[in-house]
Amino acid sequence: MLRGIRPAYLSGITKGTTPMRDTLLSVRDFSVVYDVDPPVAAVRNVSLDLQRGEILGLAGESGCGKTTLAYGVQRLLKAPAVITSGSVTFHDASGEDIDVNALDPDAMRRFRWDKVSMVFQGAMNSLNPVATIGAQLDDVFEVHRPGMTSAERRAAVVELLEIVKVGAQRYRSYPHELSGGMRQRVMIAMALALRPQLMVMDEPTTALDVLVQREILKQISALRHEFGFSVVFITHDLPLLLEISDRIAIMRDGRIVELATAERIWNDPQDAYTKTLLESFPRLTGEKGMVLR
Amino acid sequence: MTAVQPPHPTEQSTDTPERTPDAVEAGTTAHRVTKGRSRVPWRFLGGRAVFYAFTLWAAITINFFLPRMMKGDAVTQYLSRNRNVTPEAADALRSLLGLDTDKSLWQQYVDYWALLLQGDLGVSLLHGLRPVTEVISQSLPWTIGLVGFATIVSFAVGTIGGAIVGWRRGSRLDALVPITTFLSTIPYFWLGLLAIALFSVNLGWFPIGKAYGVGVSPAFTPEFIGQVIHHGTLPAVTIIIASLGGWMLGMRNMMLTVLDEDYVMVAEAKGMPSHRVLWRYAARNAVLPQIQSFALSIGFIVGGTIVMEMVFSYPGVGKLLLDATNAKDYALMQGVFLVITISVLLANLLADLAYAFLDPRTRQTEG
Amino acid sequence: MDTIVNERATKRPAGVPATATIRTSEASDRPEPPKRAGFGAKLGSAFAMFRNGKSIAGLSILGFFVLVAIFADVLAPYSPTALDNTARFQPPSAEHWLGTTHIGEDVLSQVIYGTRGVIVVGFLAAIIATLIAIVVGVVSGYVRGWRSESLSALTNVFLVIPGLPLIIIVASMFEDPPLVVIAGVLGLIGWAWGARVLRAQTMSLRNRDFIQAARANGEPLRRIITIEMLPNLMALIAASFVGTVTAAILALTTLSYIGVIPVTTYNWGTILNWASAQGAFRQNQWWWYLPPGLCIAAIGVALSLINFGIDEYVNPRLRSAGERARAMKKKGMSVNDTVTAVRSAPTTEPAAADASTTTAAAAPQTTQTTTTETTSPKTGATT
Repeated sequence: MLRGIRPAYLSGITKGTTPMRDTLLSVRDFSVVYDVDPPVAAVRNVSLDLQRGEILGLAGESGCGKTTLAYGVQRLLKAPAVITSGSVTFHDASGEDIDVNALDPDAMRRFRWDKVSMVFQGAMNSLNPVATIGAQLDDVFEVHRPGMTSAERRAAVVELLEIVKVGAQRYRSYPHELSGGMRQRVMIAMALALRPQLMVMDEPTTALDVLVQREILKQISALRHEFGFSVVFITHDLPLLLEISDRIAIMRDGRIVELATAERIWNDPQDAYTKTLLESFPRLTGEKGMVLR
Repeated sequence: MTAVQPPHPTEQSTDTPERTPDAVEAGTTAHRVTKGRSRVPWRFLGGRAVFYAFTLWAAITINFFLPRMMKGDAVTQYLSRNRNVTPEAADALRSLLGLDTDKSLWQQYVDYWALLLQGDLGVSLLHGLRPVTEVISQSLPWTIGLVGFATIVSFAVGTIGGAIVGWRRGSRLDALVPITTFLSTIPYFWLGLLAIALFSVNLGWFPIGKAYGVGVSPAFTPEFIGQVIHHGTLPAVTIIIASLGGWMLGMRNMMLTVLDEDYVMVAEAKGMPSHRVLWRYAARNAVLPQIQSFALSIGFIVGGTIVMEMVFSYPGVGKLLLDATNAKDYALMQGVFLVITISVLLANLLADLAYAFLDPRTRQTEG
Repeated sequence: MDTIVNERATKRPAGVPATATIRTSEASDRPEPPKRAGFGAKLGSAFAMFRNGKSIAGLSILGFFVLVAIFADVLAPYSPTALDNTARFQPPSAEHWLGTTHIGEDVLSQVIYGTRGVIVVGFLAAIIATLIAIVVGVVSGYVRGWRSESLSALTNVFLVIPGLPLIIIVASMFEDPPLVVIAGVLGLIGWAWGARVLRAQTMSLRNRDFIQAARANGEPLRRIITIEMLPNLMALIAASFVGTVTAAILALTTLSYIGVIPVTTYNWGTILNWASAQGAFRQNQWWWYLPPGLCIAAIGVALSLINFGIDEYVNPRLRSAGERARAMKKKGMSVNDTVTAVRSAPTTEPAAADASTTTAAAAPQTTQTTTTETTSPKTGATT
């Protein structure tokens, strides 16, 4: 949870009179269909509860629907994707319950990044090549916190850059001047800007080499401990999730086949598909098959 | 608020020579993270300038060889028809027109360059033996003024329009693209003639040609400027209409490509309002290839100018070239071609400057 | 003309994030020729670009003009030089469908005969230019180092030097150039654009897997270029060819109108030259000056249509971007929406509100039958 002095621009996260629920996001019977010819059901009747402050891993092979699910609950998918059933309820820290599916486009635009933000994969092309890093971080505040002066915005951006260890002197740098790891940190800083309650991370480390991966993951972990947001971590890399997640949801063909804590998945996987996934990652020592506990 | 102590901001952690910079910490392969580094892309501009210098040399050399490839008698006849030329001017003309065959080719080439560098382009027999440079410098401002204005307006309107059409896919604005493209396939001179037939002859709204009224001498008076605008409207408008389509189509196609890029999706995920995503994220990137194609099309714009000046009898360098061609005033022809080429190269350089300014990727700061 | 070949966009429907892949039951087709087939098969599939509506429309119009050019003798009612002193400056009538000129020549016949010059010079110039462009472009794209750079510099020089003034000067040096010479000059001036585009595309093709494989197999350069690369470049070559025909026709008619190309040849530009010189524009003799111009415009439109068709084939994003958007509109979706549309029946949970921003309340579509599941899915399990 948030500790310490809260600067003026951290609005929207105040305690209401009702006690905060532990559940941050309730997804019930959620389905997404790509309305092409023939239609493709990408997510089928998925239900899950995301707890406040937990790291939930979404794992599965390509095409299982994990990306569609994560984007869909934020309504970030473009036509021809359509949400065909279900509800997504965001239990705000202020006590208010927000029905995401019912928001109109303008309310959705304000909801985005403020309550839920994203870290995308392949920051190679995720940053606007013709704008400076500082400007791209700045416009988040400019749009979402109109009350801030430009000096306050600049101070906030500098603070963000320092938090992710990119450094304030990068304010005027362009994306092509940074390495992949540095760009990914900028993406994390950008996602952190409005102190969201949920961060969705879409394969954030897949395009990076292992050393940088490690640093990024350490960073994410440290930030999560500090700021207390929940994380939905999408990846095909199951061993990675086993290390960092609290709970893991295994998806297949648009459904969640197993949802349990990381320990349970590792020690006592229930579903046959989960076992297959676990077996398919090569072991360092060369033995085949699952580790028997 | 933060439990993590940020590193001291003034510490240049990548510059200390005692330890090799940690690539993860430094985040860049450049070894120097200087603060006030130069923002001018010297290397990029330098490369372009070298290219244009080379092109200029090629154009001048082509100009040198052209009359020498012609049948010699034509030029000799030309010179012999005009006997009032001073000896120095006659020498210059012989050198420019390839008649100094008594010298070796290399010597001819050297002399040719010497003439050019002195600014001597010969004398114009069509214009009373006045120096070619003088004749050209009278016509050049008209061309640059009219065509420059029309081209900039056309590019601006076309690009902005193309951005909007590309952004709103599937709307009725999509019909603008085939309409404007159709207008660009119409031969330009025909469009101009039709405009005259309709607006000048039939409706009488605009004068039929020229840059200002007959018998009026140029002056910086309001009446004169008013006349210039009145006379220049029809040519300018026809140029704008004819070239709008190309810019609009190009920009629309670039927008469609850019809109699928990741950073546009990120911008929308960040909750940016539509107009911000359109202009600052999408259009700002799509305009870069547009500027490159603008630079390349300057040569074609010049072609259109020549036609326009003939149709409207506009006293610019295009008309000058055509009159010279008809009168076989070779010295003037060559001079105009050279001036046109230099102008095109300069315009290209300006376009490259604009591109370098707009695309930060040209400023590589690898130390 | 910007044509960009992009394979990424063909694999998934628009709007899907880059990291998602969609499983569909049929394989997605890619507009790329199969790699192990023979040259003929590859060439055949490469000409698929001409099969869409716009290209066909354009080709038909163009075909019409080509036929007129070939059968001009049969189609024209009079000889173009036949004088009829009794009928000068006549508006259209039964004997002269498009009226007559200042000395009684039949305008229609002149326009019909004029087609020949336009078609011959246009295509010949484009063939010359495209051949040069292919040689220079592909070679400079394939080789590396100073050879590539110098060819590229040569291309850029020709691109930057203003073409029309150069043609004017060169054309003025000939007394009465035959059509072939004119076509040759136009071709020599106009190859640079195509060469540049082809060079860029060859450079990107060069690094593709199948070319690397061919080189590793030891295929000779000749074979790699003609059999592996050219079919892939066919769309760009076609687009460049069509564009050059347009430019050549416009240049020819413009030069004829200006008078730089002598008026002894018949083409639509020279007709307009005479019309203008005889004051047809001032005297509203529209039957004289409208038809030739409209013909030029018509051929221009036809060629543009063909180019649009090729562009849409090459860059799938352009392909019916507007049509796709309109089709989606019919289903109640808009391509420009920044939020996902919700189309659902009311849920059973009393706490969650009814969600539907569009009026259609369709039942969820679950028609995909790709897999069968052997385990019962666990949904909503909490620890």
